[in-house]
Amino acid sequence: MTIQLDVDRSADVNVDGYHTFKLGEFTFRRDEFFVYIDWPTGSHIMSADAFLRALQRDVAWDFFYGIVNFDGIFGTVNHYGTVDIFAGRYNESYRKAELDYSETVETPVIRETFEAVLSDWTNQSFDPFASPHETGSAFGVKNGDNDAAVTRQRVAAERMVGLPGDQQPRSDEMGYPVNRMFADVDQSEPVVEVEPGFEDEVAAFSLFAYLSRSDVTWNPSVVSVCKDSLACPTTEEYILPIIHGNDRVEWFIQLSDQITWEVEDRDTGAVRSRVVMKAGDVCAMPADIRHQGYSPKRSMLLVWENNSGAIPEAIASGKAPTYPIEF
Amino acid sequence: MTTITSPAQGGAIQHANYTTTFAALASYEKGGVELIADDARHYAFSNIFDVASTMPAWDRVAVAKNWEYVLETVRAEGTSPWFTASHDEFAICMDAADGEVLVELVKLDMPIATDDVEGAVLVDGDPVGPRMGRIRLKRGHQALLPKGSAYRFVKDGAPGVLLIQTIGGELTQYRWAEICQTV
Ligand SMILES: [Fe+2]
Repeated sequence: MTIQLDVDRSADVNVDGYHTFKLGEFTFRRDEFFVYIDWPTGSHIMSADAFLRALQRDVAWDFFYGIVNFDGIFGTVNHYGTVDIFAGRYNESYRKAELDYSETVETPVIRETFEAVLSDWTNQSFDPFASPHETGSAFGVKNGDNDAAVTRQRVAAERMVGLPGDQQPRSDEMGYPVNRMFADVDQSEPVVEVEPGFEDEVAAFSLFAYLSRSDVTWNPSVVSVCKDSLACPTTEEYILPIIHGNDRVEWFIQLSDQITWEVEDRDTGAVRSRVVMKAGDVCAMPADIRHQGYSPKRSMLLVWENNSGAIPEAIASGKAPTYPIEF
Repeated sequence: MTTITSPAQGGAIQHANYTTTFAALASYEKGGVELIADDARHYAFSNIFDVASTMPAWDRVAVAKNWEYVLETVRAEGTSPWFTASHDEFAICMDAADGEVLVELVKLDMPIATDDVEGAVLVDGDPVGPRMGRIRLKRGHQALLPKGSAYRFVKDGAPGVLLIQTIGGELTQYRWAEICQTV
């Protein structure tokens, strides 16, 4: 049974054709260029382009692991059942001035509201998942919608891509052509010889070909599962549209090309490091940082996550360290 | 068929062709952590090919660890021992040196790693059970190493590199101080 939730949406559209939305004490409205967020102790303005790219990830990832900062002011914290929606909470100046504000909402409520905002504010010319080279403008007055793009399902294998009954390798026929920046990636699939009776267990696929056909950027999707260990590779081009604040250690394995990461303190935003990752490089992102990546050419990145529900509490309470290894 | 650029991109010009840079044992470049206010060891920064370049064939060296889970780098050269595990593992071929890495799979009649044993363990001698199949991996290919099977790898010619998604076990080697950037 699906529960029908009422999204708090204005009855009428504004002069630019967009609805205004309310979630708790937060109000969201947009015009030709900007998104305006208001809460009881303040207000914030963001580019509509940047806001929609961030909102797309937050919705598609179902609020992801930890904190999704839309920018240095606004974002969400996932508590896996509820979500905090905040302004200024991870900004030292806002906190010192006691102007930070946050509210906890049930996940289905924020999910429905954010999906409605994304649908209403995304025009037909814009795909928030695409790199700027692959899509048109987010700006202007209301002009149709792009619901086919903004409601793409997040792909998640149960065991491994290519197994019977699981996610399958991508193909032209399935609507996943090779991306223009990966036209040189070998498309051959592994040769698999299976003895009768073992069809469900003997399997392999070309991960690189699979990634070369991804139609989205900065969208980790599960390809293989060992208990709570999830291999979540993704293709990256231009800038990660959010600043991801970790609630656990996550690992990056650069599979192709290069990404530069700006790493800041998760709570204050103070700069901590800059990480340059080239093909074959492996790097942990500690549990007390936030990071944003820059990929000058479309690249392949393996994001490796531990999905265990016990980790955020163990780290938050100090029982587990914020970095991965003692050595 | 490759994607074409949207006509609505505002006049930006792109190259007609792009070159994707993968790395290999024979050609890799390392990036690194540029510290501003942090400790390099918090990032455990290493490079799969750098690790594989110096280690003996078939050692399973952890390059990433998240609680009990690990990613192991393996230098693939010659024929490996037979391994088995009580849980699924996965191998990504990061370098096949213009050849292929052969994966041989046998269904064990009697499990060797009981359910409470995490990580890969060695099979003593040849595995006993029916053949499940064989997989030929080139660069970028990923294979399931199914739980309860015995598996071994064969890499003829120049060495290759595998990245294995598994759980830390008795064969996992931790050499962080040797492989990671420390300052
Ligand atoms: Fe992240």
